[in-house]
Amino acid sequence: MTRKLLTGNGAAALGARLAATDYIPAFPITPQTEIIETISGWIDQGEMDARMVTMESEHSMVTAAAAAAASGIRVFSATSSQGLLYGMEMLYTVSGWRAPFVLVNVSRGLASPITLEPDHNDIMSARDSGFLQIHCSTCQEVLDSTLMAFRLAEDERIRLPVIVNMDGFYLSFTREPVEVPDPKTAQNFVGDYDPENIRFRASSPVSQAVAVLGGVPYSYFRYETHLAAQNGLDVYDELSREFANQFGREYSAIEAYRCDDADIVFVMLGSFATKARAAVDQLRKAGNKVGLLRPRLLRPFPAEMFRMLLAGKSGVAVIDQNISMGMGGVLHSELAGALYGHPHAPPQLLSFIGGLGGRDISLEEFFEIADVTRNAVAQKHTPPPRLLYTEQELRQMRKLQAVASVERDELNNSGGAKNG
Amino acid sequence: MAEQPVSIYRSMKDLPSTHLLGTGTPMCAGCGGLEALNQLYDIIGDKSVFVNAAGCMTLLSVYPFTPFRGSWLYTAMASAPAGAQGVRDALDILIQKQRMNIDEDMQVVVLTGDGSAYGMGLSATSGAIERNLDFLYICYDNEGYGNTGQQFSAATPHGAKTATSTGSRGYPGFKKDLFAIWAAHNPAYVATVAGAEPVDLARKIEKAMSMKGPRMLIALSPCPTGWDYDPQETVTVGKLAVKTGIWPLKEYVDGRVIHTKIPRERKPVEEYLKLQGRYKHLFEPVRNDELIAEIQNKVDDYWGRVGK
Repeated sequence: MTRKLLTGNGAAALGARLAATDYIPAFPITPQTEIIETISGWIDQGEMDARMVTMESEHSMVTAAAAAAASGIRVFSATSSQGLLYGMEMLYTVSGWRAPFVLVNVSRGLASPITLEPDHNDIMSARDSGFLQIHCSTCQEVLDSTLMAFRLAEDERIRLPVIVNMDGFYLSFTREPVEVPDPKTAQNFVGDYDPENIRFRASSPVSQAVAVLGGVPYSYFRYETHLAAQNGLDVYDELSREFANQFGREYSAIEAYRCDDADIVFVMLGSFATKARAAVDQLRKAGNKVGLLRPRLLRPFPAEMFRMLLAGKSGVAVIDQNISMGMGGVLHSELAGALYGHPHAPPQLLSFIGGLGGRDISLEEFFEIADVTRNAVAQKHTPPPRLLYTEQELRQMRKLQAVASVERDELNNSGGAKNG
Repeated sequence: MAEQPVSIYRSMKDLPSTHLLGTGTPMCAGCGGLEALNQLYDIIGDKSVFVNAAGCMTLLSVYPFTPFRGSWLYTAMASAPAGAQGVRDALDILIQKQRMNIDEDMQVVVLTGDGSAYGMGLSATSGAIERNLDFLYICYDNEGYGNTGQQFSAATPHGAKTATSTGSRGYPGFKKDLFAIWAAHNPAYVATVAGAEPVDLARKIEKAMSMKGPRMLIALSPCPTGWDYDPQETVTVGKLAVKTGIWPLKEYVDGRVIHTKIPRERKPVEEYLKLQGRYKHLFEPVRNDELIAEIQNKVDDYWGRVGK
C-alpha cells in the first residue's frame, strides 16, 4: 500500500489497471480525457498489459466494450455527458447481453445550453438502462469503487455492466491523497474473470442477444435482468464487507453521516455531498440535529436501507443535482417511492434542486434548506420543490443580458452588423 | 503484385452440393439476400461469429432457434462493425495472452442490409476500416428499408417506386456508390456479388476468406416483396441485373478495380425493369421513354467510363 496524490480521473485509470483490465475501447470527451490518456500512456510504456482502441463514437465504444465482454475478456471504458447519451441506445441494449464490464462516467451537465461543468442529468438518463450505478464523492472512493465494480459486474448472480460515477471538475480534476493497494492484493480481491458461458469459441458456438417474438419471452428476459440487478444489493453488501476486511475502508450502500440522532436529514449524491457534510457540522454547532445520507448505490436502489435509516425522522430534504423537466428532482421521486406508505417514514419529504452545471451550493443555502424543512415539519405542510438560485445570481444574469443588449444596439447604430 | 492463386471454383460442379445454413428461416419466399447468404455461408463455414445489425436478417436468429452452425451476436442498426471490433480484439487478446487455443479462433463477419451499410452504420464502418480491423462485411443489398416495408434508402436506384417514393417518377435520388466509398478507404478487398451468379460469388468469398483486414462483399439481393415480382423470378431478376449491366460484378484488390464478369452484349435495361412492379410506372399507363432512357444512359455511361 502506498499513498499517492491522484485526481478522480487518475484514480479511475488506476482502478482499471489494478483490476488487470484486458481491453479499453475509448472515445475522448471533456472531462474524461485524462482517464484514457493515462491508460494509453501506461500501455505505450509497457506498464499495463492491455489493448486500447479509440472508436469513432461512444455508440461504437459501448458496442465494442460489450462485444468484447461477451467474448470473455475484462473490459473497462469511460465517458461523460453527451457521450453517455450518444451511447445510450447501446447502454440499454448491452445490459441485456448480460456481459459484465465497467464504465466510468464523469458527470457533466447536458445540452442545451452546452456546458462543461457537472450535474447528474447525464447519469440519471442511464437510470433505467440495466447498468448498475455506484456514485463516488472522493478520489479514494473512485479507485476503490472501480475495483468493487468489477466484482459486482462479474458476480454470477448479477452479470451486468456497472457504471462508476464521479463529478466532472470537482472530482475528476481534484487531487487528493489516495491509498493505493499493491497490485497483487488488488488482483486477489478482484480475481480472474470467469466468463462461464458468456463467450465465443469455435468449438462451442453460441447465439447471443437474439431477437424474440412476442411479450412472453421479452418479459421473461427483462424480468431476469431486473432480478439480477436486485441481487446487486446483497452482493454489494457482501463484497463491501470483504473490501473493508481487506483494505480497511468501508463503503456501505448508503453513507450515513451524523444521522443516528438527527431530526432532519439531507439526502445527496456525489462529491457535492461533501458540501452538505460540512454544512451538517456547522448546523450541529448551531444546535441543529441534522444528518446526511449519501447513497453510493443508486442501481440497484437501496430502498430498504433508506427506510431503515430514515425511520422516525421528522423531515428529509433531498437535494437533487439534476432536473426532470416538468417533474423535478429524480432522487426525490425515487425516495418518495421507497418511503410512501411505510409506517415509520418521515412525515415531510422536501425537494430542492441545485448544483446544476456546476453551480455552487453555499453554506447559507444548506442553513436555509434546514430551516425550510423544519418549518414544513412544524406546519405539517410540504412546500413545492425549490429551485436554488439567489437574488444575486439573478442580478448577475440580468447584467449579462443588459450587456448583450447594449452590445447589439451599439453594433446596429454604428451600421456594423445589420441584425437586431 | 503476387500472382493470384487459382480458384477451386471453376464451374457450378465445384460448388458445395449441400448447404450449411439451416432451413425454415422466416425470410420471405424468393429472398435474394438469403440466396446469397446460403452460398456465402457454405464457404465461410461454421468457425465464424456473425455480428448483425437491425434488418431483415435479424429475424434469422429468433429465440430459441438459429439456422447458423457457428456463433451470432445481434448489436443495433448503427454499430455492427464496432461489435466486430470488440469480438475480434477480444479473440486476439485471448490468443495473445494464451487464454484461448488458436483452434478456437473464428472469422468475424458483419451481416447487415443496405440501410445499415449505406447509411446508419457508415460511420462505424469507416472507423473499422481505418483501424484496419480484420473482418468480413456482408451487405445484402435489397435497395431499400425492406424489413419496414421497402421505404427508399441510400441504396435505392433512380426511378424506383418505394413506400416513400410513390410519385410518377419514383425515387428522385441516385443509388450511393458504396463500392467506391469502401475502395476509397483502401481496404484489403471489396467486391460486388449476386446470388444468381454462384461461381463468381464463390470465387470472391474464397478470395476474401484467404485475406486479412477489412473485406466487403456487397450482394445484390432481389426482393420479391420490396421490388414486387413473383418469388420464382429471383434468379432471373438477378441474372438480368448482371446482363443489363445494372449490377456490375467487380472487385477491388491491391488498389485496382477489376470487372469479373463483363456482359459483352448488354441487354437493354428495360428487360430488367419490366419484370418488377417497382418500375411499373415506367411502362403504364403510358410509357416513360425519357426515364427509361435516363436509366439506360447511366448504365451505358458507366461501362463507357470503365472502358468495357
